[in-house]
Amino acid sequence: MAIINLKINSKEYSIDVDPQMPLLWAIRDFVGLKGTKYGCGIAQCGACTVHLNGQPVRSCSLPVAAVANKNITTIEGLSDDNSHPVQKAWIEEQVPQCGYCQSGQIMAAAALLSKNASPNDADIDAAMQGHICRCGTYPRIKRAIKKASENKP
Amino acid sequence: MVSRRQFIKNTGKASFALWLGATSNGFANAAFITYAPSNFTPFVKIEKNGKITIFNTKPEMGQGTFQSVPALIAEELEVSLDAITIVQTSGEKQFGGGQAAGGSSSIRGNYDAYRKIGAAAKEMLIKAASVKWGIGIESCYAENGSVHSKLSKEHLSYGDLIEEASKLEVPKEPKLKNKSDFKIIGKSIQRPDVPLKVSGKAEYGIDVEVPNMVYATVFRSPVIGGTLKSFDADATLKIPGVIKVVEAKTTVGKYQYSGVAVIAKSYWSALQGRKVLKVEWETNGYENFNLSDYENKLRNLSKETGVLDKNIGNVESVKTEPGNSVESFYETPMVAHHTLEPMNCIAHVNGEMLTIWTSTQVPSAITGSGPNDLHSQIGMKPENITLHSKFIGGGFGRRLYTDYVIEAVNIAKQIEQPVKVIWSREDTTQHSAVRPMTFSQLKGGFSKEGELISFQHKVISPSYFDSVGPNFDKTKVDAIMIEGIGEQAYQIPNIKTSYVYADFHVPVAAWRSVTSSTVAFAHECFIDELAHKVKKDPLDFRLQMLDKDSDTKRVLLKLKEVSNWDKPLPKGKGRGVAQWEFFAGLCAHVVEVSVTKDNTIKIDKVYAVIDLGEVVNPDNVKNQIEGSIVMALTAAIKTGITIENGKIKQSNFHDNPMIRMHETPEIEVHILADGGKIKGVGEPGLPPFAPALANAIFSITGKRIKKMPFDLKLS
Repeated sequence: MAIINLKINSKEYSIDVDPQMPLLWAIRDFVGLKGTKYGCGIAQCGACTVHLNGQPVRSCSLPVAAVANKNITTIEGLSDDNSHPVQKAWIEEQVPQCGYCQSGQIMAAAALLSKNASPNDADIDAAMQGHICRCGTYPRIKRAIKKASENKP
Repeated sequence: MVSRRQFIKNTGKASFALWLGATSNGFANAAFITYAPSNFTPFVKIEKNGKITIFNTKPEMGQGTFQSVPALIAEELEVSLDAITIVQTSGEKQFGGGQAAGGSSSIRGNYDAYRKIGAAAKEMLIKAASVKWGIGIESCYAENGSVHSKLSKEHLSYGDLIEEASKLEVPKEPKLKNKSDFKIIGKSIQRPDVPLKVSGKAEYGIDVEVPNMVYATVFRSPVIGGTLKSFDADATLKIPGVIKVVEAKTTVGKYQYSGVAVIAKSYWSALQGRKVLKVEWETNGYENFNLSDYENKLRNLSKETGVLDKNIGNVESVKTEPGNSVESFYETPMVAHHTLEPMNCIAHVNGEMLTIWTSTQVPSAITGSGPNDLHSQIGMKPENITLHSKFIGGGFGRRLYTDYVIEAVNIAKQIEQPVKVIWSREDTTQHSAVRPMTFSQLKGGFSKEGELISFQHKVISPSYFDSVGPNFDKTKVDAIMIEGIGEQAYQIPNIKTSYVYADFHVPVAAWRSVTSSTVAFAHECFIDELAHKVKKDPLDFRLQMLDKDSDTKRVLLKLKEVSNWDKPLPKGKGRGVAQWEFFAGLCAHVVEVSVTKDNTIKIDKVYAVIDLGEVVNPDNVKNQIEGSIVMALTAAIKTGITIENGKIKQSNFHDNPMIRMHETPEIEVHILADGGKIKGVGEPGLPPFAPALANAIFSITGKRIKKMPFDLKLS
């Protein structure tokens, strides 16, 4: 066990955990932010995606010690009120079904748009193919990403 | 304090009841109105301050009931969806045994009944206003949560009327609105759960935290059917955070299993403890089980006559000329549900009291207010069970089963604190009941004139009912396993459908669209074979066998139009069609394909037509059909579940892959909602997809696919 300092959504947390524990469980069960989901534990489904210094990463496969003091953003940190362009587009396109994968999908889409303001289909496929939506909302996710890119100020 | 129950007025068989809610100050200020046909009891609650709560008895797993069920009530009650609070019920006794979602039944099974709840309340509120104003009810109308007078500008909000209204008799047959007056039903209104699901605020079972909670992971027998011999927890108990190691029993249908639970302060600690846990299993001979042997057994069993299902005319009397008959054999795999939220459950046993927090499709079964009750399996009294039912991170049939709840309760019995049991993805893949495979033997015979005069479909498979219950009668047909094959609308003079039972030791489950997801593949591919045998267009061949007024004909005609079926495709492209009607509903697809430069089938477009009778939220229906097609595509072309040396070979998404965005075809959905039988939404989009795709591939390659999963890469 070791004390690890985490910076999540601009807030600092100090937790006493196994340094090898994945960031996912630190976020969910020690910090208490439940929007980031566990889906597979092996970086195959993307449900656990958060931003690490602005880059999308799989929190299920990152030891918590490796991300100490780095800037981590979770779905809760994207906006307080669904005002992020990606969240707005997700609502306009009525994307979610069960919704369980959507935090991860949204974090990936937000990271894509921050690098590439107008992605084409191939860019979107490349950025999103690490994510599984078992409900199959892919056509809507793609539409929402395009909409968000148009809505961007 | 007066019990609410004392105020129930029973008004005959329909058990319409009006409940006066007694609050802490003893003053009745709320009315609970229920309408309870045989199996469900939704609620409306109107408070004096005007707050309106609609209780949704159908768990939300992505299919949209969080809106669609309250929408039916709100429509008739004349309140907008923005003006109501929706509360998900949790198997409370007063809501009855119908708190369950499955079989695409939520709307199709209750369309009028839910509306009557709202309509009855509205009539009572109008009556109360008319008495207050001393005018006739015909001079009053309800709009936007208020009753208005047609004679003056007077109006009263529902909250102001509730005290008077709650003293009135509940109308047994309230008048329902005309479809043309609908303000909510039939409109694509944004769903109230969506903002919660894009902000991370929607709470699923796995997200719940209760004070003093501990975590558990369970080591279960890798060989299916293995039993626990012994375990050594010495090393486990030395892992920091590990609290206790206990046996964890559960029940899956007729099967009883035992695992070993590692209970710890965190899930991560529990997992570390499990890694060093030593367990010995008795594998009971099941370690020699291989799926490939079992598939051979199914092939051999196809020689058996089996048990007769449907017998129209007399297929045995039909004599066809040599060359006028077709025979075929189709095979399908087992598949996993793969809900993205793995199985999980929090249970807290406090003396005789049990509290459960989980995502489930069957709240009623957990609290004991419905059939297949949990309490008998865990030795608790139903009145002592409290459930907190959460948003479901995918159901697809998996969460119709309570094995993960029973297991959590049995662990919770051995520790004082509430315990959250989380199944890893690997646990969920390898220890869940699976969709069974079905093998199909088909025969068709034509007259000299080329008319299809006989049709036979025999299903060979393990039995669903044998798996879920202890007393399956093998001399009878398992109705789940031959689902739909005797009920297609094709008018063929001689039809025989039958079932051959195959013994199996692996628990099997309903999987979204149940057996239709496999038998439709065989059935509708074979219909295509028959069409080609007599050199007919596959869509016209189907249409010619359908009665003018059949729903299936209506769907196929619409599909023919929207898919431009009669317009030839450019060279190098092909298309296929399939339809399926079964208990859940009716849908048909046309799939267009081409072959890429690297000799792989590309799905260019899917056209879908679903027949609903009535539609609540068209946009949500489209979302469901799009998703159904993606799920059906995974089942058609991706690895299924296989068993080697008694163990499920697949474990996670790397070896049991799902369709991803870049593999998703363009999908165009059309909805028929022109009255008639009301049909379901959640499942009907699946069954026709695989056969439509396989038929499309045949049209371009000339190669008939008879086994799922199949490869889009051509050899």
